[in-house]
Amino acid sequence: MRICSLAELARGEALRFDGVSPPIAVFHTEDGQVFAIDDTCTHQDASLADGWVEGCEVECPLHASRFDLRTGAVDAPPAKRGVRSHSVTLQDGEIHVTLSEDVPALPPGVSY
Amino acid sequence: MRLAQRRMIGSITIVGASLAGHASAKALRAQGFTGTITLIGGEAHQPYDRPPLSKGFLSGALAQADLALEADAEDLGINWLLGSAATHLDAVTHTVTLSGGHQVTSDAIVIATGSRARTLGSVPSGASAGASAGASDLAGLHTLRNLEDAIALRSELIPGARLVIVGSGFIGLEVASTAVELGVDALVLGSDRAPLARLFGERVAATVTRLHERHGVRLRNGVRVTAVLGPHRVTGVQLDSGEVVPADLVLLAIGSEPNVEWLADSGLAIAGGVVCDERGNTSAARIVAVGDCAAWFDPVRARAHRIEHWTDSRDRAAIAVTSLLEQPHPARPERPSYLWSDQCDARIQFAGRLLGDEEATVEVGDAVEVDEASEFGAAAEVAESAGTVRPIELLVVYRRAGECVAVLGINQPSLIAKWRKRLTLAATDFSPSPVRESSTLQGVLPT
Repeated sequence: MRICSLAELARGEALRFDGVSPPIAVFHTEDGQVFAIDDTCTHQDASLADGWVEGCEVECPLHASRFDLRTGAVDAPPAKRGVRSHSVTLQDGEIHVTLSEDVPALPPGVSY
Repeated sequence: MRLAQRRMIGSITIVGASLAGHASAKALRAQGFTGTITLIGGEAHQPYDRPPLSKGFLSGALAQADLALEADAEDLGINWLLGSAATHLDAVTHTVTLSGGHQVTSDAIVIATGSRARTLGSVPSGASAGASAGASDLAGLHTLRNLEDAIALRSELIPGARLVIVGSGFIGLEVASTAVELGVDALVLGSDRAPLARLFGERVAATVTRLHERHGVRLRNGVRVTAVLGPHRVTGVQLDSGEVVPADLVLLAIGSEPNVEWLADSGLAIAGGVVCDERGNTSAARIVAVGDCAAWFDPVRARAHRIEHWTDSRDRAAIAVTSLLEQPHPARPERPSYLWSDQCDARIQFAGRLLGDEEATVEVGDAVEVDEASEFGAAAEVAESAGTVRPIELLVVYRRAGECVAVLGINQPSLIAKWRKRLTLAATDFSPSPVRESSTLQGVLPT
């Protein structure tokens, strides 16, 4: 699944891709790596694409839960469950994502 | 002391099993510490998250299990000593005495004993004349700090009950918001000229007022409560004017006090919290402090300053632990202090440091004219007459000498996220004073 071209996503930037359900977030880190995880925080409804990226970690913009961009695992509470991570490939300068087949962990009261 | 300094750290006792204590244990393992970790907690519970106690847990939307701070399947290999508070610290031998008399000796200590809710009796002004004030056994009189407090308060939040909340800070406002949703008649009595005005200025206060009035919370500003009236069950509160405000239950939400009394004869420097340098080191070797009980040196204020924000308690744990293990601190910019408050279906977020002399600029928000006389009352009516309830939005940027130093947003999570990054980058110009550099990792047990 094509997301966008790498040139459209500057280093340090992230985008929310809602062409899938639930939406995913694609991150281009400062050191040039690209990661894709579910966009919705597992604690409460918030878009991780709005979050704060430091190294390979994103911090939720609302309650500051942290997730590992590589695995989706929770690094810091209040979230207790990780998000799904999706595999990313770069082809001819285009970002492609293959969705995880795991069941997404959505926060209470949120469904897609 | 020199010899003690060189001995490797094989065991660490963390005193306090809430956010800062738990985060310290996580940080110790994340930073490679493989020795013994003993975690002492005054409460009988595993570490739990307190912010929902005034919101989702109080409303009943969240259960106790939802509050756990430990991630699913987390196992840090901790020796838990829960349910007995620390009563004494020997800062030389690193021995902690518990309320039952049990003692724990280790190579190093993390102090994370947090804070407790203030009561009227502990307000320095001493305005609480009257036998009933501060009597914690008065039925219907509540504070909110721990799980049991929340359970007790929740049991009385029944439709139609008259709840008087003393204090218009975050906790008071959050409880008011939750209580109204449960059908409770909530009245907030604040000493400030408007809720949060002293902290964040008039525009924020006006918007917060609007949020609450629209939500059905009643607010009275500029009043001082001198007593809670009893004698067996609360009947109301008395104001300094002599006026009696009737109540079925009363919540005192008038701030917190650090839990540092147990350290009084430890020899540690205490001044409104455990005095620390800007990386959590206390005045004693191999003892760090973090969280609400700690007052870290703030280079901008040029003095020790106690921060009670959730994120600081969590994130400073990693810094304190790095100090304790005598590992080099990573060279990265200081993140601005950050807090959030969810109330009246709105998300309030703040990042930065305010000293009180900043210039506040509204960058996003309704063009409500600031009219000193009618501002607060009129704003709510404007919202009502509009017919449709549109989300209230606000972004205020605070500048000192033209420099952005803080930002507050209401329902602006994306912008706040961007501003937090900007504030961090701005802070890189500022370099904290050097802290002693450890040349080796000799302080860490290798296996």
